[in-house]
Amino acid sequence: MLTTLMLQAASTGMELSHFAAAIGAALAVFGAGLGIGKIGKSALEAIARQPEAANDIRTTMIVVAALIEGAALFAIVVCLLVLFV
Amino acid sequence: MNNIKYLVIILTSFIVLSTSSVYAQNDEKQVDVKEILFSHVEDSYGWHITTIGEKEITIHLPVILYNKEKGWSFFSSKKLQENKGGYNDYYIAENGLYSGKIVVKNKAGEEVRPLDLSITKVTLALFINSALLLIIILGVARWYKKNDTIKKAPKGFVGFMEAFIMMINDEIIKPCVGSNYKKFSPYLLTAFFFIFLNNIMGLIPIFPGGVTVTGNIAVTLFLALATFFATNVFGSKDYWKDVFWPDVPVWLKVPIPIMPIIELFGVLTKPVALMIRLFANLLAGHMVMIILTCLIFITASFGPAIYGPMTVTSVIFNMFMTVLEILVAFIQAYVFTMLSAVFIGLAQPKEKVVE
Repeated sequence: MLTTLMLQAASTGMELSHFAAAIGAALAVFGAGLGIGKIGKSALEAIARQPEAANDIRTTMIVVAALIEGAALFAIVVCLLVLFV
Repeated sequence: MNNIKYLVIILTSFIVLSTSSVYAQNDEKQVDVKEILFSHVEDSYGWHITTIGEKEITIHLPVILYNKEKGWSFFSSKKLQENKGGYNDYYIAENGLYSGKIVVKNKAGEEVRPLDLSITKVTLALFINSALLLIIILGVARWYKKNDTIKKAPKGFVGFMEAFIMMINDEIIKPCVGSNYKKFSPYLLTAFFFIFLNNIMGLIPIFPGGVTVTGNIAVTLFLALATFFATNVFGSKDYWKDVFWPDVPVWLKVPIPIMPIIELFGVLTKPVALMIRLFANLLAGHMVMIILTCLIFITASFGPAIYGPMTVTSVIFNMFMTVLEILVAFIQAYVFTMLSAVFIGLAQPKEKVVE
């Protein structure tokens, strides 16, 4: 499906690098969303099991989410470099 | 529930009322989103505050240059704007490698950059934010010098700052750094409050806020360099032994030092990840807010039926994004400090376990 989209974009004269940067950004967000969703799921299960530890679990969840977002933003920075440099 | 109903009625009435006013669109040029975005986010030689009607209100900042042929030059950036050709052979390059920056043609005719120590927009914002941080923290510290802390507890702003600082100290620094946390907590607390204050000042839309200092990769580079310095210079012998001669089978180390190279790479990439995480989070948030605001102006040319609802939607999105960005400002400062504390703690000598 992606190859047909790419051929269409190339035929209309659109810059292929713009197309690739957009697809790259979408894939990065896809990965980040999956990762953070899994963290949220396990954090909620852990809090449901042991409500006294809710504060510790919440802090850990936020920290790990920030780390995953860091990886996704690496990809965004590379896509921006492709677009504007 | 009643308040929400009234709010929704008022907002939808804006939409309906705006479609009833159709006026002749004057032929303006297409709104250049890229130019607005980059002029907000990039560094520049003057601080453009606002444009009232035709008059631009800009703070023209000093330009300080040094060139071998001409020596030092100090002038206001207004002179660069006045004659389009520049001032004293210095001009702003239009395109090419140095586009947007001051260049001068050297004897061979090439465009070359002089030593540029100008006070630019980001530099001035950095000075203002640092002065604000010093005023806040030193003001809080003065309370402790004047009052006997055994008998009195601080109230008000000083009490809030004490709770905040102790929370960072007890939750991040003490557990992550380990036993000699007192040596590193000045640096880590400074890093946290510096990043947090700069992030928050980037969210305020009017002078002296409005410039995201931490959205500039040079600033985050130096923050990461500081963490790199703190980790490695104070690292224990065990830490360096683990990097250059780790506890792995000999054939991974001797003919080709595979593991030492990988470990050295790890030592370098950890601060780089810190730098890019902070920079990209702040820059992306700021860009999203600018683009959401530009949506109003882009759809202005499409007709009033879209213009009205788009304005309301854009304002709602912007409010939501601002709240999210405040949260992101705190979380990024927290994560930077926590990861720096963890890296420093890993490099410290471990306590001997008493058998």
